Amino acid sequence: MVSTENIHSADSPHVGLFVTCLVDLYRPSVGFAAVKLLEQAGCRVTVPRAQTCCGQPAFNSGDDRHARQLALQVLDAFEEFDYVVGPSASCLGTIRCHYPEMFADDAALLPRIEALSAKSHELVSFLVDVLGVETVEAGFDHCVTYHDSCSALRELGIKSQPRKLLASVSGLELNELQGTDICCGFGGTFCVKYPEISGRMAADKVNAAEASGADTLLAGDLGCLLNLAGKMRREGKPTRVYHIAEVLANMADCKSIGEGDD
Amino acid sequence: MQPNSRHFQANAESALREPNLQSALKQLESGFVAGRQRCYDALPEFEALRDRAKEVLDHTLDNLDAYLLEYEARVLESGGLVHWAGTPEEAREIVIRICRDAEAKNVIRGKSMIGEEIGINDALEASGFEVTETDLGEYILQLGKEPPSHIVAPAIHKTKDEISDLFLEHHRDLGFTKRQTERSALVNEARQVLREKFLAADVGMTGANFLIAETGSNVIVTNEGNGDLSSTLPRVQIVTAAIDKVVPTLEDASLLLRLLGRSATGQEITAYTTFTTGPRRERDADGPGEYHVVLIDNHRSEMLGSELRPMLRCIRCGACMNHCPVYGRVGGHAYGWVYPGPMGSVLTPLMVGLDEAGHLPNACTLNGRCETVCPVKIPLPNLLRSLRSRQHLQRQNSSLARIALSLWSWVALRPRLYQLLTRPAMTLLARLGASSGGFRNMPFASGWTRVRDLPAPQGSTFQARWQQQQRDRK
Repeated sequence: MVSTENIHSADSPHVGLFVTCLVDLYRPSVGFAAVKLLEQAGCRVTVPRAQTCCGQPAFNSGDDRHARQLALQVLDAFEEFDYVVGPSASCLGTIRCHYPEMFADDAALLPRIEALSAKSHELVSFLVDVLGVETVEAGFDHCVTYHDSCSALRELGIKSQPRKLLASVSGLELNELQGTDICCGFGGTFCVKYPEISGRMAADKVNAAEASGADTLLAGDLGCLLNLAGKMRREGKPTRVYHIAEVLANMADCKSIGEGDD
Repeated sequence: MQPNSRHFQANAESALREPNLQSALKQLESGFVAGRQRCYDALPEFEALRDRAKEVLDHTLDNLDAYLLEYEARVLESGGLVHWAGTPEEAREIVIRICRDAEAKNVIRGKSMIGEEIGINDALEASGFEVTETDLGEYILQLGKEPPSHIVAPAIHKTKDEISDLFLEHHRDLGFTKRQTERSALVNEARQVLREKFLAADVGMTGANFLIAETGSNVIVTNEGNGDLSSTLPRVQIVTAAIDKVVPTLEDASLLLRLLGRSATGQEITAYTTFTTGPRRERDADGPGEYHVVLIDNHRSEMLGSELRPMLRCIRCGACMNHCPVYGRVGGHAYGWVYPGPMGSVLTPLMVGLDEAGHLPNACTLNGRCETVCPVKIPLPNLLRSLRSRQHLQRQNSSLARIALSLWSWVALRPRLYQLLTRPAMTLLARLGASSGGFRNMPFASGWTRVRDLPAPQGSTFQARWQQQQRDRK
């Protein structure tokens, strides 16, 4: 296990970064942005190697046995930290809200699982609500719109926190999205099982983003972002798509999601 | 009605290509959703009422047997009769027997979903009775020989033009030879036709929004007053109601009424809220001579004994479907049976079988908007997930999905193998997609690429880069 212990003193909060599988596979820059934001806020960050997936796909597909096994893997890898933080409300919502449900009948494991859930947080809400971060050192000269993921909005109650930090990004203007409490159509396996319905939902969201007048769409969940970026590309829309952590960490100088060389 | 839920996918795809339906569904957000929000904002105790309602209904369900017996005793005291039906077949037989015993010919119905659930109209017609729906929406659907597509606004999918055509076709013989195109003229024409039906009816059937144990009363809410006419004019009244409709007291019913209209249509209260108790008494000016209640189980006692019990709190407001992004795109008919949307996706598999309705628990993004607006706090996403677990245990889900997910889980449970496999795979995918930024087609991911591109990944995985960076630092 490697950490950045040298940077911070022993009494700074020790955060285990839950990278999430989508960030690990698809968008490593979001992981680095998360590390940067956490360290700037005074945390000691460790990235456990023995992490993969939180188990949500299995859980949402009714495969409770595998979901529990993956939850236990997360427990083993992250139990030692002061906090578990990750750049996704969907995965952290699973850990926070659904892990205790999965082990509701397991009196031996439940206390450990509940302790893990209680210290697990989505990145932006952790910065604002737990660490009291009010501003970030970043600039982004664009008009953006922000897509609230359903798990952020309804499982974790995250709405004001990203807006608060975005307001401190110099040059950034936020135009709100019409119908921001409506799902983008990702829904995990839903999007491949019911592509026509999912596609219509994504199209409506893409059109709303365009109507907002923003040139960039931000969100805190890579599932939504891949869905929306993929739909933007298919519909030939010029709107660029980034994870909010990339903008907050001043690391949105890389190619946007789905952007090519040409 | 015959369930058609196994064709959800095809039903949904054709619904997406139906322009009239799509424009009707677009009204949901500006109509019902905005209306509910206005009511919510205007009532500071809305959340407290939701908590209280959940409490009352949970208590009722915990003691359902006792409250049902209390209700029955009060109905008998008031001079009515209570019939118990385990299945839709039994319920239909009971209703037909009552109608035959009364030597009835004409039956009028106030709108009720339980009537749809037990398929009462077809059964009555097959037994030679003339049945007329008196709710305007249901009447339109009866003319068009269609099932409802929404539990509160059954004909929400119908345009004014379609209704003009239906009325002209069916009312021409009654002397209405002009095709009406104004809303008020259409309503007026329906009113004239239905008035005759009300006056000629022998039996009036209604459902029940609530049954009150302490008084033996039934409560119906309508906006047209048709329920009142259906229950007071004919000489025989039949109330069909599911066993989960009972609440202990009048006080409890008024609590639920405060939530019902607000959640359903954005009305503080519906135009008519009617309490009826028993048949006409000696000094009453009007009312039926006979008063029957048919109490129907239809799998509800199984639900009571399972993890799906919270579904029995449902008060049929329709807020879940009004707020459902899937319902809002495909409409009610796609779900293929009586109850659509989130509540229907829980109920339908339980009532017609998980085999027939296996799509419904899966055709949901688990976005949770339904649960947020449910006036009685039913955890709909969790209930849908429970049904998915049942499917998984009974191996009723698609084998391809099972294999893919098991494989993913198997690899994800072995982090070293996972990292060994994903690093080269993502590097390759990134290289292939680098210049264009994404893929229009991807083998094994056609569900994704049919409607959107697959964005290319950045390159090697985060774990690989992070470990490299840590090594470089040392």
